Amino acid sequence: MTDQRRLRRRYRAERRFEFYGLLAVLVALAALVVLLGTLLGKGLSAFHQTHLRLDVTFAEEVLDRQGTRAPEVLWAADYGALVKRALGTRFPDVATRRDRRALARLLSSGAQYALRDMVLADPAIIGETLSIELPASDDIDMLHKGQLARDIPEARRKVSDQQIAWFDSLAAQGAVASRFNVGFFSGGDSREPELAGIWSAVLGSFWMMAVCVALAVPIGVMAAVYLEEFAPRNRWTDAIEVNINNLAAVPSIIFGLLGLAVFLSFLGLPRSAPLVGGMVLALMTLPTVIIAGRAAIKAVPPSIREAALGVGASPVQVVVHHVLPLAMPGIMTGTIIGLARALGETAPLLMIGMVAFIVDAPGGPLDASTALPVQVYLWADSPERAFVEKTSAAILVLLGFLIAMNGFAVFLRNRFERRW
Amino acid sequence: MSLLLALLAALTLIGFHLGRGRAVALVGGESRRLHSRPNHYGLYVALWCALPALAILGAWQSCLPVVIEAIVVSGLPTEILALSDAELGLVLNDIRNLTFGGVLGREPPPYAQAASAELGRLYEIGRAGLAVVTMAIAAAGLAWGRHLVTPGLRARNAVERVIVIALLASSTVAVLTTIGIVLSLLFETIRFFDKVPVFDFLFGLEWSPQTAIRADQVGASGAFGAVPLFAGTLLITMIAMAVAVPVGLMSAVYLSEYAAKSVRAAVKPILEILAGVPTVAYGFFAAITLAPAIRDLGNVIGLGVASESALAAGLVMGIMIIPFISSLSDDVINAVPQALRDGSLAVGATRSETIKRVVLPAALPGIVGAVLLGVSRAIGETMIVVMAAGLAAKLTANPLEAVTTVTVQIVTLLVGDQEFDSAKTLAAFALGLTLFLVTLALNMAALRVVRRYREAYD
Repeated sequence: MTDQRRLRRRYRAERRFEFYGLLAVLVALAALVVLLGTLLGKGLSAFHQTHLRLDVTFAEEVLDRQGTRAPEVLWAADYGALVKRALGTRFPDVATRRDRRALARLLSSGAQYALRDMVLADPAIIGETLSIELPASDDIDMLHKGQLARDIPEARRKVSDQQIAWFDSLAAQGAVASRFNVGFFSGGDSREPELAGIWSAVLGSFWMMAVCVALAVPIGVMAAVYLEEFAPRNRWTDAIEVNINNLAAVPSIIFGLLGLAVFLSFLGLPRSAPLVGGMVLALMTLPTVIIAGRAAIKAVPPSIREAALGVGASPVQVVVHHVLPLAMPGIMTGTIIGLARALGETAPLLMIGMVAFIVDAPGGPLDASTALPVQVYLWADSPERAFVEKTSAAILVLLGFLIAMNGFAVFLRNRFERRW
Repeated sequence: MSLLLALLAALTLIGFHLGRGRAVALVGGESRRLHSRPNHYGLYVALWCALPALAILGAWQSCLPVVIEAIVVSGLPTEILALSDAELGLVLNDIRNLTFGGVLGREPPPYAQAASAELGRLYEIGRAGLAVVTMAIAAAGLAWGRHLVTPGLRARNAVERVIVIALLASSTVAVLTTIGIVLSLLFETIRFFDKVPVFDFLFGLEWSPQTAIRADQVGASGAFGAVPLFAGTLLITMIAMAVAVPVGLMSAVYLSEYAAKSVRAAVKPILEILAGVPTVAYGFFAAITLAPAIRDLGNVIGLGVASESALAAGLVMGIMIIPFISSLSDDVINAVPQALRDGSLAVGATRSETIKRVVLPAALPGIVGAVLLGVSRAIGETMIVVMAAGLAAKLTANPLEAVTTVTVQIVTLLVGDQEFDSAKTLAAFALGLTLFLVTLALNMAALRVVRRYREAYD
């Protein structure tokens, strides 16, 4: 009887233990689902932007009083006045200055630049009245996307009751539309959430990764070849090996401090430049490349080396003609995974001054720029409500790049990896 | 400069073809009479062409500014030369800015304008001279290398020696990085300890690095006691490990001992995604979603929770470390010989008893190593705490309050405007050195524990 009871107890413990294990897996999966779900839920709406349709008259007396149509005159003209006039025609009973200003805040400050670009592209539209969709301001955008609650008291709301009424009257007329947000992908950073884009950050990341690849891959592969194929087994080689293993686990921010002290203060390289960022990331990625490279080179069977040596190849020829081509898929797989980690890295870049507010896209590795993860950090710090969706969307883009890189690495491994 | 490099590359390419062509011509096209393959002769001449020229180029580039500025300084009026070194440096800086189009605060004195013209002229001469000398040496190297080419020349051996030296040099880059880290951190830290005693830094209970501008203001000197930072780091790390160790370890046990093969094959890569998410995304999640949720929950049950609570940062950091712990534990659990499990099951133990009494004890060193590596990860993690933890250094063990960490302070001290000599900036390097040493010790300990374990079953 007691035996039976003890057995039952042991089986209960068995089931409990298995349940805990399952629970742990589910907790981890749930964390992933919640994380990605939150980012998708908050970020997807940023790929669309609210536009308001208005009848805009390209009045000649505002844009080009002399009728010269010279590009510099058209460039400098007061397009803000056009926007205000268009709003005034649409809502003629708005009288006071304050109300007019509130009315103007329905539209983004980018609306006038959209008009300018239209006129510069085709000066013939001057004098005509066109029905044009103009980007709404960030608060109206939030209102339209339902991320700004209408039921909280007006004093604590960014949008006044009056502005909501105007917006609703436009909406009732069908003049409110949601359009794909091209500016998010083609624009640079901006203080105005509705104008902010990721293009300059993407380019900055691109230049950084270019520098990182150009440095880390050749040096890493050469070091791996030396350590696997040529290095004598002695204390110096052991020291290098221990050192590489430790370097792989050094916190990334320490590499940032190294970059600040050596590249910026000692060598005097420019702050905020992708060149320096790429160098720091290269040093950080180097151990990963070396470790992956050594593993791949080790996996090439010795019989191949011996066969090549047997027909008269020198050690260097053995490596260049046989070992490296066979080890390449493995090296590439490990390298791409290391580079993906470098692409998502933020902390060292903060140390070398890549956190500046930079609008223009960098034209080369020496221009001041920011990087995609740093852009995420900067936007996450911004108080405007609309930056939350921008931040999530930028993270989604970053995740997209990372998934593409890791997917490519897995593809390389499955397609080219050989087992002997 | 880039034009010079392009010219040099072109000349090297020509050298390759000349060397190759000469070797083939010498033996009348019968390349089997050559000692090495024709390409080796080409490379041999190319190396003779490029390497000496590049060496001269590098040396010239690094010495040129020093030499030129020494010449310019010696040409300055005597009353300027009588100034102190620091003031002379300022004058030199003005001259440099004048020459290279920098911003100058005031109207430059006539002697500076003269010196600036001189500086510009010398630079032009230096650059022109460099171009001439480099190309001359490259051409001479090419001619000499081509002259050396004979059918019996050991071209392959010579070229391969250069290649192996290049490989060796690459392998030292990693060592140089470590040396660079240690030296740069150590150098700045020593300067920091000149201003703030070591003892005050390591055992001081107050951290307020904001040095006031005027000497008579409150906190004029700043306080650099790092204990609150260590305590905050420890608190967040402990919360993170309290999440990551049970979840990571149990999921590793479940996936390797209980789950069906297909489940394991599907779930493992999904969990690895957690390791690939950039930390800035975790930080955003902690700051925007989890921290407000915890605060609201606290308000509902009547607890005052700070909006940047240690709990939120720690929980998210724990999620980040789960895949780390689980994949390392998975490896060591799989490395436990099947015979041990079979023996335990054969004497009547249930599966969970086998795992608890046989598998886990056998895998313990590896698991301890994994946990130590996880701790080192958590201590060095930056973005999550920068975005989700507080800035105020508070000595508390309450996870609902806001604490700050070592990495947060490094970032806060170094981001933004800074003078490189202030105690504030140098403090970041002292914190960095502490962080480096602690994580290094943890990594060494982990590697050692793991290596010991390996010896037991090989």
